[in-house]
This record gives sequence, structure tokens and C-alpha cells, in this order.
Amino acid sequence: MDQIHPVILQVEDLRTRFHIPEGIVYAVNGISFILKEGETLGVVGESGCGKSVTMLSILGLIPIPPGEITSGKALFRDKDLISLSDSDFEQLRGNEIAMVFQDPMTSLNPVLTIGRQITETLRTHLGITQEEADQKAIELLDKVGISEPASRLGNYPHQFSGGMRQRVMIAMALSCNPSLLIADEPTTALDVTIQAQITELVLHLREQLHMTIIWITHDLGVVAGIADRVIVMYAGFIVEEALVDDLYEHPYHPYTHALLGALPRVDRRRDHRLNSIPGAPPNLLVEPKYCPFAPRCTHVIERCWIENPPLVEIAPDHKAACWVNIDTSLTGQPL
Amino acid sequence: MTEAEQLIVVENLKKHFPISGGLVFKQKTGSVRAVDGISFFINKGETLGLVGESGCGKTTAGRTILNLYPPTDGKIIVAGHQLIGADKKELKEFHRKTAMIFQDPYASLNPRWTVSAIVSEPLRVHKLFTNERERNERVHELLMLVGLSPRLINRFPHEFSGGQRQRIGVARALAAKPLFIVCDEPISALDVSIQAQVVNLLEELQDEFTLTYLFIAHDLSMVRHICDRVAVMYLGLIVELAERNELYENPLHPYTQALLSAVPIPDPKRDRQRHRIILSGEIPSPINPPSGCRFHPRCPVAFDRCKIDIPEWREISTGHWVACHLVANQ
Repeated sequence: MDQIHPVILQVEDLRTRFHIPEGIVYAVNGISFILKEGETLGVVGESGCGKSVTMLSILGLIPIPPGEITSGKALFRDKDLISLSDSDFEQLRGNEIAMVFQDPMTSLNPVLTIGRQITETLRTHLGITQEEADQKAIELLDKVGISEPASRLGNYPHQFSGGMRQRVMIAMALSCNPSLLIADEPTTALDVTIQAQITELVLHLREQLHMTIIWITHDLGVVAGIADRVIVMYAGFIVEEALVDDLYEHPYHPYTHALLGALPRVDRRRDHRLNSIPGAPPNLLVEPKYCPFAPRCTHVIERCWIENPPLVEIAPDHKAACWVNIDTSLTGQPL
Repeated sequence: MTEAEQLIVVENLKKHFPISGGLVFKQKTGSVRAVDGISFFINKGETLGLVGESGCGKTTAGRTILNLYPPTDGKIIVAGHQLIGADKKELKEFHRKTAMIFQDPYASLNPRWTVSAIVSEPLRVHKLFTNERERNERVHELLMLVGLSPRLINRFPHEFSGGQRQRIGVARALAAKPLFIVCDEPISALDVSIQAQVVNLLEELQDEFTLTYLFIAHDLSMVRHICDRVAVMYLGLIVELAERNELYENPLHPYTQALLSAVPIPDPKRDRQRHRIILSGEIPSPINPPSGCRFHPRCPVAFDRCKIDIPEWREISTGHWVACHLVANQ
């Protein structure tokens, strides 16, 4: 293990399913990864790939039933989060691990003032008086760039714009100085200039507070600007994992490769049509027995239809789950 | 440059929505100036991009051009015919020549109608292919065009994925053989791998039928890819308009510059080298837009005159239009 950067979170063979009237949804199908202290991990994938379910499973936020975690461990420092009791979780969530969600409107209670919502967290976790909590709330709002914070404590969520509400959510997440921040699509609902403001804010706070961050997104562009390491997910599997520069320069898995080819670039002239990926993601109601990307893959071989490839290291710090020995012409950037 | 045929001409188009107050006697207390005087043209077979952040008026502009909202003021000319003041018969003909593809493929298809009913609706409305057999053939043909199997003709929208639903929306838009289609964020509800499929389909159809598109979007990377020329809107006005590479490589308006610098690039090394202009604040209310240049409260290079005078909409170089005092001074 790296001495300078100890492991903060280690997830092993996590599997989550949902039992619904139509059958079983195989949402997360054996995921393992390691997160080091101070690192920013990007988790990328399309809707239904299991990126959010993975994080919710780790945080004990999967409703059981219909959900079921059939196997796996998630060691946060030395505690296994999967077997943690609800009361222990309450201590951990908000205190040591904090979350920011995609939609700041539904994450905030519309009938409570912003001040009340922030101070509630502070008082629950820190056991301080209302006056102290108010003072701390003002400091927090100031830290996330809300002007005249004292006068805004009495405001309700509807009096804030989308970007401002996301700042409030970040302030709440930071209130107990968490060591791990899990951000689930925090900028997706925001306009591009506001997205840039929020990203800048999180990066600034990361430096200041030495936070470890997991940033979940569907946007390969956003991840490029913030992550140290990236995990690409597809149909409940990790298909590729690499350091950020390496992933974009040498995407190994055909899915990552195709995804990058399907993205137009704001900084480049158009030279050809987009490389579209035929078909659609697989039906999660069917138990995955072979490579989930096989039906859409242009490099598919016979073995892909027989067994699911494991995630293996194919270069230093670079893992991929693919049977095909991709020729060198494929490993460079296609554009 | 050859003289291209201008299919769509929009002059000083305005759309204001009244706000009323009062408990018993409703009185007009103000108006939302969603679109406040925009002018542009679109050549036949061309795609014009209309970009901007939420609330800038781009969707209202698109809908007003198609007469889904009656315009407050201005001129809309489609294939030589003035839209405003047209009689009922002319309007119906106008609606046949135009179509719209909507953002949300879940909300824009009637859940109780079959694919066949949805796609053939424009044919029934405009009394085209009146013979049932002909109409069915046309629906088959349309489904094939958008890459759906005609066997699915009697299915309902819920049986399709988002990308397939958007294809149904495209088939419906094409049904009455329109000349001009407004695409209002047609791909923003779709996953990346599906977006490319729909974009490529729209381009193939454009080539095949010489369609003219107004492509409304907030994804600036996709707009650069698909559009020939791009107009940038801010708070009800177009602030800059140019050919795509000119706009993306030589943006003149400070808002365009900030907008482009904020777009993430899927290339970590490039992304780190970039200078990002972070705008302060957010888009103001279109009820009381700021005086002078509407962008001045957020503009990093605003000076005194920007607060007072409205900048003139000027052609700086051939085909590159911009409304900014600073650019005009240079």
C-alpha cells in the first residue's frame, strides 16, 4: 500500500439487486475499487449503468426491500459499511462522509428556511447551541460564495436560484468537515456558466479542506477537468479504470473508446460524422452471463458471448474488462 | 459565395408574456420580455444553431417562429410568405411546411396513441394520403426512414426507449414533408451513446430532403458539430451570430467568450491548459432586464457606456454579427 496516500475506501465485489414485479433488476454486478486519501475519483457512465446505486449501496441508502445487497464489502477506514447498523451509519453520514445530489430543489425541504436546514445538521452532529450553529452556518455560506450570508439564513429554497441552491447543498455537506465527499451529478441540472462556478468552488474547497472526492457524472468532459482517476461503468460493471490522462489518451475498452468517439468537441473543427454506438444498453432484468457490451461492440469475438471478462490490469494503473486483444490502431485517440 | 436562398427571415421578432395581478379585476402589471427583438435568416438546407442558457428565450423564439405563440411584434417570412397577418388558409399551409421536434421524448408523444396514430396525425390534419392504404404505406416509409421497424407500428410509446421515442418524434415531424424543422433540444434528454445516433439521423434526413433546421440547444460542443451558423442568445436578445468556426475560434462578445470557455473538454491535458472565464452571478430576470447592454452586470470588461446605451447589432466582418460597445470601438 502507498504510504503517503493510505486507502480511505475499499469496495470489494459489491452486488446490488432490486426485486420488482417484472423480476430482478441486476443493478450492480460485482464491483471492486480502491479510493486513496486526497484523491478525486470520477465515476462515469450512462443512465442505468449502476453508478448511483453503487454509491447508495456504500452509504446504506438502498431501501431493503425492494433492494438487496447480495454480496460485497465496503471498508471505510476499518469499518465495513455494508454490515454497519443504522445508528452507526447516522454517525458516519454527514460527519465523515457527506453527499451532494443532482437536484438541489428536491434535496432541500421547501417549507423550512435555509438557516434551519443547515443548523439542524450542525446541531445533530456537533451538539452545539442554536447561536453557535447560526454563526457556523454564516461562515459556511460565506465559504461557498453566497453574498450577505447572514441575511439569507431566513430565506426559503425557492428564493434561491439553481446554482445558489447547489451552493447551499455543498455548504451543508461541508458542515461537519467530512473526509469523503460523494457528489452525484452535482452540476448536471445547471447551466454551463453556473456549472463552471460550482466546479471551481468544489476544486477550491478540495485544496482548502484536503477532501477525498467521488464525483459521479455522465459527462466525460466534466470528469476530465477534475478527476485524478476515472472508473467507467456499463450495465452494472466497471469496464475500465485508469488515471485520467491515460484514460483519455489510451482508452482500452471498446465502450470507452466508442463513447469518446461519439462526443463532439467544442475546441475542434468538425471533420466527420459522429461515431455512433449502435443499439441500446442491455436489459438489466436479464442476469448478465456474458460481456454486457458484446451486442453493441464492433470488436466482438466468440468468447465475449460465452463468459464475462474480469477487470484486469492491462498496463500500469490501467484496468479493463475486455476479452479482445485490441490492436494498436485502436488504442490511440480516434479523432 | 453563391447567393443562397433565404428560406426563413426573422426581423425584430418580439414575444412578451403579460403578467397580471389583482384579486378580482385582473390587470396587466408587467410583462416577461422573453424574446425582445431578434433578427436573423436561415438559408435553404442550412442548420442555424440557437444557443444560450436556460431562460434566455431560445425555446420561446423557436415556438414563436412556428406560430405556436402569436408574436408580439416583428416579421416572420417563410419561403417568401409573411406569417403575421396571414389568413387561416395560409396559416394552415405554413404549418404544413414547418414542424417541430421536442426535447422530452416522454412528454411529447401521446401515451394512449399507437405509433401509427402518432406518426400519421399530421397526414390526417393536412388531409394528405387520404386513402387508408396510402397512409399506412407512408407511415411504413417514415418509420423505415428513421430506422425503426414497421412491425412496431401498433405499439405504444411506453414500449420504446428514449432514443427510439425520439425517432418516432422525428418521423412525425417529417410526415407532411416540411421544409423547415425547429429542433428544440432534441438530444439533451438522451444518453451520450444514443445522442450520436439521433444527430446522425437528423443529418442524413437533412441531406436527403434538403431540410432547413433551427437547432436549439445548450450543448455548445454538439452545436459546433451540427450547425452551419450559430446565434448566441442572452436575456431575450441575440448577442452574436457567425459561421460556426468563426464563432468558436474568434468569439467577439464577452458572453460568448465566457460561455465557450466554460464548456468542459473531454481531454484532461487540454482542459488544464485552458483559461476559464468564470462569470459572476446569474442571468437576471427578463421582467426587468438591465439597462443598456443586458449583459453589463456580469460582464468582466463592462465600462460606463454599457450601463446606458444599448449596443447596436452590427456586422463586424462578413457574416459575423455582434452587439457589444467594446467590439464596435475597436
